[in-house]
Amino acid sequence: MSTLNRRGFMKAGGALVGALLAAGLITTNAFAADFPTAKVNTTGLAVTDTTVKVGILHSATGTMAISETGSIQAEKLAIDQINAMGGILGRKIEVIQEDGASDWPTFAEKAKKLLASDKVAAVMGCWTSASRKAVLPVFEKENGLLFYPTFYEGLEQSKNVFYTGQEATQQVIAGLDWIAKEKKAKTFYLIGSDYIWPRTSMKIARKHIEKNLKGSVVGEEYIALGDTQFGSVINKIKLKKPDVIYAAVVGGSNVAWFKQLNAAGLNSTKQTMLTISVTEDEVLGIGGENLAGFYSAMKYFQSQDNPANKKFVAEFKKKWGAKSVIGDVTQAAYLGPWLYKAAVERAGSFDVDKVQAALPGYELKDAPEGPVTVEKNHHLTTKLRIGQWQKDGQAKVVYTSGYIKPDPFPKGYQ
Amino acid sequence: MNASLSKLVGGKQGAIGLALLAALIFVVLPLGVDIFRLNLVGKYLTYAFVAVSLVLLWGNGGILSLGQGIFFGLGGYGMAMFMKLEASDPITTKIQTTPGIPDFMDWNQITELPWFWHPFQSLPLTILAILVIPALFAYFIGFAMFKRRVGGVYFAIITQAIALILSILIVGQQGLTGGVNGITDLKTVMGWDTRTDSAKYILYYVNGILLIGSILLSKYILNSKFGMLLLAMRDKEERVRFSGYDVSNFKIFIFCVAAMISAVGGAMFTLQVGFMSPSFVGIVPSIEMVIFCAVGGRMSLIGAVYGTLLVNYGKTVFSETYPELWLFLMGGLFITVVMFFPNGLAGIYEKYAKKIKFLRKFSDAQPEKAADVVPTNEIKEMGAKA
Repeated sequence: MSTLNRRGFMKAGGALVGALLAAGLITTNAFAADFPTAKVNTTGLAVTDTTVKVGILHSATGTMAISETGSIQAEKLAIDQINAMGGILGRKIEVIQEDGASDWPTFAEKAKKLLASDKVAAVMGCWTSASRKAVLPVFEKENGLLFYPTFYEGLEQSKNVFYTGQEATQQVIAGLDWIAKEKKAKTFYLIGSDYIWPRTSMKIARKHIEKNLKGSVVGEEYIALGDTQFGSVINKIKLKKPDVIYAAVVGGSNVAWFKQLNAAGLNSTKQTMLTISVTEDEVLGIGGENLAGFYSAMKYFQSQDNPANKKFVAEFKKKWGAKSVIGDVTQAAYLGPWLYKAAVERAGSFDVDKVQAALPGYELKDAPEGPVTVEKNHHLTTKLRIGQWQKDGQAKVVYTSGYIKPDPFPKGYQ
Repeated sequence: MNASLSKLVGGKQGAIGLALLAALIFVVLPLGVDIFRLNLVGKYLTYAFVAVSLVLLWGNGGILSLGQGIFFGLGGYGMAMFMKLEASDPITTKIQTTPGIPDFMDWNQITELPWFWHPFQSLPLTILAILVIPALFAYFIGFAMFKRRVGGVYFAIITQAIALILSILIVGQQGLTGGVNGITDLKTVMGWDTRTDSAKYILYYVNGILLIGSILLSKYILNSKFGMLLLAMRDKEERVRFSGYDVSNFKIFIFCVAAMISAVGGAMFTLQVGFMSPSFVGIVPSIEMVIFCAVGGRMSLIGAVYGTLLVNYGKTVFSETYPELWLFLMGGLFITVVMFFPNGLAGIYEKYAKKIKFLRKFSDAQPEKAADVVPTNEIKEMGAKA
C-alpha cells in the first residue's frame, strides 16, 4: 500500500509540474484558459490542459473482428475530425485502443484496465451483447462512460452507458407495421440465431403480430450460432407458405441461409423477407445477388441521400479505402465521439457524473442518419428505415418512419 | 515430524522454491503492483490451479487431458450460480415477468427456477458441489476410459470432445445456463461485496493460500508411494500392471484429484472476475492451459505457476501494446519456448541450477528416465505413452 501512496504522490507531483509547464506554453489556447483542468476534471481522469484520453475497446482479432473493425474505423474517423476542429474543450483526444479479442472475459479485463489504470474519460466500445454484459459491472463499479453502438435487445439501462444503436422495439415494431400494411402480410415465419438478441426481438415481434397486427406466427425457429444447415427450416417454410419471413440470423450462418434459400427457389420474386440483422457489412459477405429484393429494417443505410451522410461516406472512404462499406452499426459508432464531445461541452466538464447529466435532451442535428436526440433513458430517438437490397450490395431506402422514442423495457411485450 | 515435513515440501531445494513462490505471491506482487494489476495476477493464478493439476496428470501421470477446462468451468459455474441467485432477489428483479429468478431466465421465458439451481441457494452446498460434481464427473469419465484401457492420444481426444460437448450444451441451453453470455453481473457472497478493493485483496490472498495448498497436496501425492507408482505407470504401464497393481484405479484417482484442483481454480476465478462464461469450458481454454503447463515445465509444480504467470503476462502486455498484432507475438513466444526450452521454465532452471531434490529422488529408482530434463522427442511421445 505504501508504494501506492508514493506512486500517487509522484503522479500528483508530475501532474503539477506538467500543469505549470503547460500553463506557460498554452496561454494562446482560449479553451484551456476558460476551462482550467482543475475545474473540468475533479475526479482524476486522464485529462490534461491539452489532451483527453479516450478508450476504444472492440475486437480487433477473433471471430468478431470482421464486424467490429467498421466500428473502430468510424470511431477513429470521428476522433480525427474532432481533433482537426480543435478537440473537446481545447483538448485533443488521445486514443488508447484495446483488443477485446472476441472473448468476453478479455473485454472485462481491458475495460478495467482502461478505467482503473489509464483513467480514460470515456470508452467507445463493445459490439455483442455478451461483451457489453461482461463489461457492464466494471463500468458501474468504476463509474466509467461507455458509448455502445450496436442495435440490441433492450432490457437494459445503465447510467454508465449511452446506447447509440436502436433497442429492439425501435427496430421491430415500425418495420412490422410497414410490411403488414405494404404487403398485406398476415402470416409470419420467425427465424433467428439462438441467443439473447434474436430471442428478445422475436418475443416482441410475436406479441406485436398477434396483438396489434391481428396476424399469426406460423413458425418460430432458432438455429445455433454458426450453424449452416437450413434444409429442414426451408422445407418447413415451403410447407407453411408464410406471407413474410422475419429473420434475425447473424454471422457466418447468414451466408448459408441466403444461398440455400436461393437454391431452394425462395428468392425475392416468390417470397417476402424482412430481416433485422443484415447491414451493408453482412451483404459484403453474402453477395448482393443472393439477397436482392429482400428488405432490411435499420436506422441507417449507406445510400441515404443527405449532405451530412454524403460527407461522412466520402471521408470514411478517403480514410479507410474506396472499397469499404458502412453499415448501421458503423454509423452508430461514428456518433459516439460526437455525442461525447457535445456532452462534455454542455457540461463544461469531463467529470463522468456531469457528462451523464448533460447529454440527455441533446439533439445531434448533423448525424449521417439524420437528426437524433438523446433521451433520459440514455437511448436515442431515431427513425427506422426499410431498405431494399440491390445487386450491387447497397440498399434502396423505400420507407422512413417518423421519430421513434426508445423504450428499452416495453410494457406488454414481456 | 520434521522429516515428514521436509519430505512434504521436497527437501531443502523444494522448500526454497516454495518459499520463493510464496514470497512472490504474498509479498512482492501485492507491494509492487496496484490493485488493478493485482486483481489480474489473481485471475492468472486461478489458471495456475489447472496448470498444477496438469503437472500431476500429464507431467507425472502421463495422462494428457485436453479437457481440464471442463472442471475449471464446472467449479466456476457452481460459484457463479450461487452468486447469481444471490443477485436475483425478488426486489432487485421486480421489473421481470417472474421476479426472483436470474434475469437471463426471464428473457428466455422461463418462469420457475430449474431444479438443479436449487442447491446453489446455499453456500455450504455450493462449496460441496464445486468439489464433488467435478470429481464425480471425472470419476465417470475416468471409469469409462481407464477401465477399458483407453489411454494416450485417444484419451486426449475424448477429453477434448467432452469439453466441446459441454460448451455446446451450455451455449445451447441459454435459458438454464445464460448461454454464450455466461452468467454475469455477480456482486456479492452472503452480502459481502466482492467488487471492492478490500475484497479483492482478501480474495487474492485466499486464492494464493489455496494455490499453495494445492501445490503442497500435489507434492504430498507425488512424494508418496502413489507418486512413485504414477511415474512408473507413465513410463512402463504394462510392467506396473504385471506387478499386480490395478492401474486404472490409480489413474481414476489422480484424474479426480486433478479435476478437484481445477474446479477450485474455477470457483476462485468467478469470485475474482465477477462472471463465468462458456469460453472457459471449451477446447481453446483447455489447450491454453496445457500450454501454460508446458511453458512452465510439465514436471514442475512450481514451474507451472510461473509458466501461467509468464504466458498471461505476455498476453496482457502484448495485447495492450499491439492490439492488432499481439496474437503473432504470443505465437512467437510459444515457438521459442518449445524449440529452445522443451522443458519450459523449469528446464531453464535445471540447466543453470542444481537439480531439484524432490525430482532427483526418483533418479535412484530409474536412473535412465527420471532425470527431470526430458529429451525433446519424449515430449512428443508423451501423449502416446499412457
